[in-house]
Amino acid sequence: MDFLHYFSNVFTPYHLLLLFGGTTAGLILGALPGLSPTMAVALIIPFTFHMQPDSGLILLGAMYTATVAGGAISAILVNVPGAPANIATALDGHQLARQGRASEALHYCFFSSFVGGIFGIIILIFFTPPLADLALKFGPTELFWIAILGITVIGTIGSKSVIKGLMAGLFGLAISTIGDNPMLGEQRFVYSEHMESGIHIVAALIGLFALPQILTLMEESRRESAGAMFALSESRWLQSAKYNFSRVKALTIGSIVGSIVGVIPGAGGQIAGLVAYDQARKTSDNPQNFGKGEPDGIIAAESANNAMVGPSLVPLLTLSIPGSPTAAVLLGGLLIHGLFPGPDLFTQHAEVIWTFIDSLIVAQIFMLVIGLFLSRHSGWIMKVPSHYMAASILILAVFGTYSIQSSYSDVLIMAILGVAMYFASKFGFGPAPVVLGIILGPIAEDNFLQGKLIGEAGDGVMNYFFTGAINITLILATIGSIAYSVYASHKMKQKAALS
Amino acid sequence: MKSTIIKKAGSLVLGLTASALLLGATGAAQAEYPDRPIGVMVAYNPGGATDFQARIATLASAKEADGKAISVGQPIYVTNKPGAGGRKGWNWFAEKASKDGYMMAAYNVPHFIAQSIVFDTKYNINNLEPVGNWGADPAVLIVGKDSKFSSATELVEYAKANPGKVTVSGAGKFVGHHIAHLQFEKAANVKLKYVPGKGGVGAMKLVKGGQVMAGFNNLSDSARAQGDIKILAVADLERHAFLPDVPTFKELGIPVDNSSVNFRGLMVPKGTPDSVIKHLANSVPKMFNDKKTLGKMKQTNSPVRIMTRDEVISMWKERQVALTELLEHLK
Repeated sequence: MDFLHYFSNVFTPYHLLLLFGGTTAGLILGALPGLSPTMAVALIIPFTFHMQPDSGLILLGAMYTATVAGGAISAILVNVPGAPANIATALDGHQLARQGRASEALHYCFFSSFVGGIFGIIILIFFTPPLADLALKFGPTELFWIAILGITVIGTIGSKSVIKGLMAGLFGLAISTIGDNPMLGEQRFVYSEHMESGIHIVAALIGLFALPQILTLMEESRRESAGAMFALSESRWLQSAKYNFSRVKALTIGSIVGSIVGVIPGAGGQIAGLVAYDQARKTSDNPQNFGKGEPDGIIAAESANNAMVGPSLVPLLTLSIPGSPTAAVLLGGLLIHGLFPGPDLFTQHAEVIWTFIDSLIVAQIFMLVIGLFLSRHSGWIMKVPSHYMAASILILAVFGTYSIQSSYSDVLIMAILGVAMYFASKFGFGPAPVVLGIILGPIAEDNFLQGKLIGEAGDGVMNYFFTGAINITLILATIGSIAYSVYASHKMKQKAALS
Repeated sequence: MKSTIIKKAGSLVLGLTASALLLGATGAAQAEYPDRPIGVMVAYNPGGATDFQARIATLASAKEADGKAISVGQPIYVTNKPGAGGRKGWNWFAEKASKDGYMMAAYNVPHFIAQSIVFDTKYNINNLEPVGNWGADPAVLIVGKDSKFSSATELVEYAKANPGKVTVSGAGKFVGHHIAHLQFEKAANVKLKYVPGKGGVGAMKLVKGGQVMAGFNNLSDSARAQGDIKILAVADLERHAFLPDVPTFKELGIPVDNSSVNFRGLMVPKGTPDSVIKHLANSVPKMFNDKKTLGKMKQTNSPVRIMTRDEVISMWKERQVALTELLEHLK
C-alpha cells in the first residue's frame, strides 16, 4: 500500500495551491478550442524546469486531468469540442444545452469525469505490472485491427443516415493521407506548400465544428435581432448527481472502455470517448434518444476520456512508452527531472512517483468541485447574443488554430474545411465521422505498412495479420459490431412499423 | 541614476519610460546586438528530445557575472514549427526567417542534410550558418532482452544465412537510424528488412514488444532502457561514456563510421550580418558550457558534445559528401 504512505505529501499548502491553480487553469484552457490537453501540458513543462520533481509533476498531472474535462465545457455550451477526445460529448451535450439544460449537462460531465478518472487511477495503482505486459503485446497488426474496429463506429455517429456517415468518414480517411508520410519518406497529394505537413487533427476539429457553428449563429442573429440563445433552467446539482450515479451501466461502460483504450499505446486516447459512446448506445434501452440529448451519451463519453488518463500512464511509467499523445509530452516532463521511466522508477523514486499518483486522485476532487462551481456560473454564456458569440468563437478558432504549430497553413485548412462543412451539414452530413476518419486513417495505414513489412520477412502477410489471440478477438469484435448495427437498425424499423 | 528614476516613478511613467527606451533602442538598432530576446525555432513538437534539449541548452543565455553578460546576453525563447519530419520548419527558416540574428533555429544532423539531398527543400548546408553544437546522440544497434542474439557478429551471421529475414526498426526514413541501417547493411554485406516506426519511441516499442528482431535507436534512450533490451554496438568512432562496455561497429570489424550520429546545435540563415554571426559563434558555445546547463543535460541523460562554429562547418561538409554517396541510389 505504498500509495497511502505518501498521501500526506500532497497536502502541503504549496502542493494544494499548485493543484488548485493547475486544475482551474486546465479547465479554462481545455475549454478553448485549439488548446488540447497535449498543448496545455507542453506549454507548462518549461515552468516545471525550476521546480522540485514532485511539485512539477503535480502541476502537470493536474493540468492533464483538468484539460481533458475542460474540453467538454465548450463541447456542451457551443458545440465546439475543446479537443478530439470530447467529440462524443458534443453529440448529446449540446442537444441538452439547446433544450435549456446546459448546467445539467455540465454536471453530468463533471460527475462522470470524476468517476472515470478515479477508476482509471485505481487501475494504475493496482494493475500496472500485468497491464504493462499487455501493452507490449499490441504490435502493428493489433493496432491495425483496433483502427478497423473504430471505423465500424463511423457510419452511425452524428450524421442523418448511415450512408452519409460513411461518406463523411471516407472523406476524412482520404484527407488524412495528405502530406508527408514518415513511414514512406514521401509526400503525397501536396499540391500547394500549405498541404506539406498534412491536415492537423486539431485544425480539422476546429474547422469542422466551430465554423459551421459560427455561420449558423450568424444566420440566427439575422432572424432574431438579439436575445438569449436558449432559455435556461434552474440548476440543481444534487438532483443531477443522483441521476448521474444511478446510470451505472453507462458509467461502467465508459470507465472500462476508457481504461482499455488508455493502456494500448498508439491507439490514441482520442477515440476512447467515441468508442464508449457507441457501446453505450448499442446496449441502451433507448438507442433512438442518442444524438437528441441523452444524458447517457455524455456520461459514457466523459467517464471514458477521463478513465483513460490513469492507464495511459501505465506504459509510460514502466516502459517509457506513452499511451496517449499527452502522455508522450509528459515523458519530457519526467526526463527533465532525471526520472527515467522503467521498472526501477517505482523503487528508486518511490516518493516522487507515488506522490504524483496520489495527487492525481486529489486533482480529480478539485476538478469536480471547481467544475461544478464553473457550471453554476457558465449559464451566462448561453445568454450571450448570437452575433457576439459568433465573433468570439471566430477569434478563438483562428488563434487556437494558429497556436497549434505556429502555422498559417493550418488556419487556411481550418477555414476551407469549415466552410465546406457548413454547406455539407445542410445536406445532413456530420463533422464527427470526418474527424474520426482523420484520426483513424494514419493509425490503420501506418500499422498496416509496418505489419506488411514484418509479415513479408516472416511467414507471410496474411498469416501475420490473421493469427494471434488479440488479433482474432479484435476481428471477431469488428464483425460483431457490424452485425449488431444491422440487427439493431432492423429491430428499430420493426418497432417503428408496429407503432 | 536610472534606478532612482524608476523607483520614484509611478507605473504609468514606468511604462512610458520603458517604451521610450525601447524606441530609442530600435533607433540605434545597429549599434549593439543583441538588444532584445532572441528566438530559437525547433522543427519538432514541444516535449520531444530536440525541443527539451534546446530549452535546456539555452537556459544560460542571459546569465551575467559582475554585471556583464557572459554568453549571448539576452533571454532566448523557443518556438515550435513542427511538420513533415522537420522540413516544414526548416523550409520556413531558410526562406522566411529574419536575417538579423533575432531568429535562430535548432538543427538536426544528419536529418536536414539527408532531406536536402533526397527532397526538393529550400534549405541545404550552403544557405545556413551554424553557430555552435551542443549535443551528439549516436545510433546504437539493439535487440530485445530475450533475443537469441547477444552480439552484432551473431546477428550478422544469422542475416547472412537468412537474407531479408531480419527485421530492423528505426525512427523513420532518412533519419539517423535509417542512415545507420544502410551503412550497416553495406559494411557487413547483409540484406535486412527496415521497418520504419513512429518516431524513436515507436521504433523502440517494436523492439521491446518483440515485433521486430532488432532496431537502431538513440544511444541516450537505449542506455535508459537496458532492463528491457540488449545493446550490441555503437555507430560512432569511439565508445561512449554512457556505455563503456558496448563496442563500436569498427571494433567488431564492421566499418560503420559516425555519419548517423544525431548532432544538435544552433544556426542562423545565410545573409545574417557577419558581426552578428561572430557574436553568436563566440558566445553560443559558452552558453552551452554553463555549469547548470551541463548538470541538467546530465540529469536528463542527454549526451553533450560542444563544438564551435568552425568545427560544425567542417562536420556539415563531411556529412554532405558521405550522405550524398550513401543516398545516391535511393533518390
